[in-house]
Amino acid sequence: MRTVIFRTIAPYLAALMVLFSIFVLLRGHNEPGGGFIGGLIAASALAIFGIACGVASVRRAIVFHPMGISGFGLFIGALAGVVSFFRGQAFMTSQWLIFDFFDVEVALSTPLVFDIGVYLVVVGAIGSIALALEERESD
Amino acid sequence: MTPAVIDDTTLYAVLAPFAAAVVAPFLTRLLKHNAAWPLALVPALIFLHFVGFIEPVSRGETFVAAKAWAPSYGINFSVYVDGLSTLFGLLISGIGTFIILYAGGYLKGHPQQGRFFSFLFMFMGAMLGLVLGNNLISLFIFWELTSITSFLLIGFDHLRAASRRAAIQALVVTGGGGLALLAGFILIISATGEIEMSVLLGSPDIIKDSGLYLPIFLLVLGGAFTKSAQFPFHFWLPNAMEAPTPVSAYLHSATMVKAGVYMLMRMHPLLGDTVLWTTVLPLFGGVTLLVGTILAVRQTDLKLMLAYTTVASLGLLVMLTGTSHEKALEGAVLYLLAHSLFKGALFMVAGTIDHEAGTRDVTKLGGLRKAMPVTFVAACLAALSMAGLPPFIGFIAKEVLYYGTSNIGDLGQLGVIITIVAVIGNALMLVIAAAVAMKPFFGPKVDTPKQAHEGPVLLIAGPVVLSVIGIILGLIAHTTGILFVGPTLSSLLGEFKQIDLHLIPTEPTPVILSFTTVGLGIALFTQLDKLRDFTASVLKAIGWGPDQGFDQFVSGIVRFATWLTRLLQTGKMQTYMLLTFFFTALAVLLPGYLTNSFPAMPKLPEYRFYEWGILLIAVLGLFAILVARTRLTAIVSLGVQGFAVALIFMMFGAPDLSFTQFMVETLSVVILALVMTRLNLSPRDHRTVPARLLAGVVAVAVGLGLGLTLLSITQQPFDSTLSVFFTEFSRSIAHGRNIVNVILVDFRGFDTLGEIAVVVLAGLCVLALIRVRTKPDTVLDPPPERTGQSQNAEAR
Repeated sequence: MRTVIFRTIAPYLAALMVLFSIFVLLRGHNEPGGGFIGGLIAASALAIFGIACGVASVRRAIVFHPMGISGFGLFIGALAGVVSFFRGQAFMTSQWLIFDFFDVEVALSTPLVFDIGVYLVVVGAIGSIALALEERESD
Repeated sequence: MTPAVIDDTTLYAVLAPFAAAVVAPFLTRLLKHNAAWPLALVPALIFLHFVGFIEPVSRGETFVAAKAWAPSYGINFSVYVDGLSTLFGLLISGIGTFIILYAGGYLKGHPQQGRFFSFLFMFMGAMLGLVLGNNLISLFIFWELTSITSFLLIGFDHLRAASRRAAIQALVVTGGGGLALLAGFILIISATGEIEMSVLLGSPDIIKDSGLYLPIFLLVLGGAFTKSAQFPFHFWLPNAMEAPTPVSAYLHSATMVKAGVYMLMRMHPLLGDTVLWTTVLPLFGGVTLLVGTILAVRQTDLKLMLAYTTVASLGLLVMLTGTSHEKALEGAVLYLLAHSLFKGALFMVAGTIDHEAGTRDVTKLGGLRKAMPVTFVAACLAALSMAGLPPFIGFIAKEVLYYGTSNIGDLGQLGVIITIVAVIGNALMLVIAAAVAMKPFFGPKVDTPKQAHEGPVLLIAGPVVLSVIGIILGLIAHTTGILFVGPTLSSLLGEFKQIDLHLIPTEPTPVILSFTTVGLGIALFTQLDKLRDFTASVLKAIGWGPDQGFDQFVSGIVRFATWLTRLLQTGKMQTYMLLTFFFTALAVLLPGYLTNSFPAMPKLPEYRFYEWGILLIAVLGLFAILVARTRLTAIVSLGVQGFAVALIFMMFGAPDLSFTQFMVETLSVVILALVMTRLNLSPRDHRTVPARLLAGVVAVAVGLGLGLTLLSITQQPFDSTLSVFFTEFSRSIAHGRNIVNVILVDFRGFDTLGEIAVVVLAGLCVLALIRVRTKPDTVLDPPPERTGQSQNAEAR
């Protein structure tokens, strides 16, 4: 698998995939996409990078342990549900903050935060499994 | 009398210790052990708050306050203040004040002193919530919270195996009993339809008439007996002495272990005064009293001696509560009050001796009275109260309880037996009291591990104050009766009672019994060493106790679990898969077969050429799996079929689904291929032909079954309520045009939260499984300690 072409192109490919996954994540509310699918794309980016350049460099690149990323995702996902408590509403009632930023309508919301949580959970969990499985090959 | 509604101050009094628990570690970092002084203000203020209730409660008034918690289930955070809860509230906050001070001195310089304060305060709040609890469910929550905080406190010194074992043992026993209590509460709620204790107490016969009396009685007893360490559940309490002494003094003598007695007393108007009650309770209480005192005699460790007498005292309290006789109940209330004071003081004395002299083994202590005069005085005062000598509150308690037990007319012979048991128990208690208070202080000076001297103010304040209160309450017996004993007794009886206590006994029988007790006690004390050897040899002859029983129970459960796991988990993946799919096939095919409701063959629409093309790809993929020579080829071929399905989703207007399917297929292939290489599977499938055929048949059956199920679903009339709802509101409520995503993150976000939690857990489990197969020396990123250990191992 470790041909020169693959090894050279893999970092760029992985970077593009991560970028694309974030795009997919953010457009999810109105167009096809969302946290789950975005997470899967990013996880496959990690897997490809790992196959091409070794697991150690992936671990260095993402800084945190993938399971830690996953746990953090679950945490902010749950936290997004708590926000509504402060307005006396039931758990996970969505809260929206819509404002104009240089004439562009920006919509920030707790479902978005929650979706980012889903994204991180999926990247972390799937990425962690893939990396752990790839690890043997590199040693 | 209907309880008056009061403001929320009492609710905040219950919550205040929890707030203190948060502040305590920071304050301790700032002020070191002197943080005890400001922290002790919290329980002191709570104490003052309860002092305000003494006068109205003694007039027979009761109070309630409540805040809605989960109102849809009728669960409120509510308190009920009457004589019983006021007495307990005063004891918890009053003794708590001195325990906090004592902990400041006892754990001076301990790196985790802040955490210790924090645990103590959490316990204090839980205990207050328990004794004031009006709503059964919130009462139960506080009940369990006392078990949990007790676990934390017993296991405070968590580096010692004995502490950890004692902590787990206490948690299992009291927590298990707590579950019984919960079941009992739920039965009470469903039998009566009431959830507030104050309402239940308003109609005392409501449970006895409900037909569920027996199960409720047994379950409540299960909770109370485990918490209050009644035989045969007594073993956890002496083991709990692994905790630092402030904990033993507070939780395991003065407050928490009394929670069971509290529960019995609280339930007395509802459950008491039946044949069952007056048989079971005196029996278990009496046995516990005797077992506790006999085991106490054997000990030489001051704390263990006191611990076993605590077991005995709890037995005495249960026995007295079990008589349902007015005078005996009065004795129980008095003894409860007296015991909390003298036992709290004696434990703190034992801790001070341990702290200053370096040991608490009575055989290694002696002649400390000159070195520790204040502690000595406090010990004597407390011990005299424990021994039941005038003019202490303990003396009055014993007079009243003897008067009660010797006058149980309608119990006949049982009254006599109870009296005899009480006399023997009290005599042995006197022996222990004398041993604890005299042995370390009298006689020639013995060399101790540390040069003993008087403890600091923080350490001696508690024992002195508590033991002095013991004598004051005895001297002002009449007031004690009106302010504390009468109101509490009223709670037990369910009707307002005023009582008249005297320090000077007026009846002849109790005096005679008291003299017998003292005489017997002194006689036994002179023979203490022989008595100790004798009980030790008897116990050695028996050779088994519930403590070992607990270990056997735990290891038995572990062995049973192992056996069951081995039975169900053969460890062969192929067997699991085959069985899972076999039963899946059965589940989807059998209902259709039994009801003969297979779907009609649908009319095939006109497919376009590219649709045929995609179907062809799918079929080719499947065919490739069957003829594949190596496993890797088969896995990749499976991916081909999956991609074809994703294309079909795409064509029929489900881009999200299709998108996801693509990714899932890709990752499945990658991960399956990685697993293959990782597990070093042989590249080829070596199953025999019959095995392959069996697997094939099952696979076809599952596919057929699922296909038929899908067909019959699509042939049902389509209910569009949900689609209409989502289409209509996705934009207006949830501000999103992608309905699938809106459903996932908003409309049904709670489901998704559960699902991502599962994903995290699954990820952790898979990671653990992969790690299990890795040998320690090939771990790429080992934790630092582990490297150290393995290096040491190599060095050796």
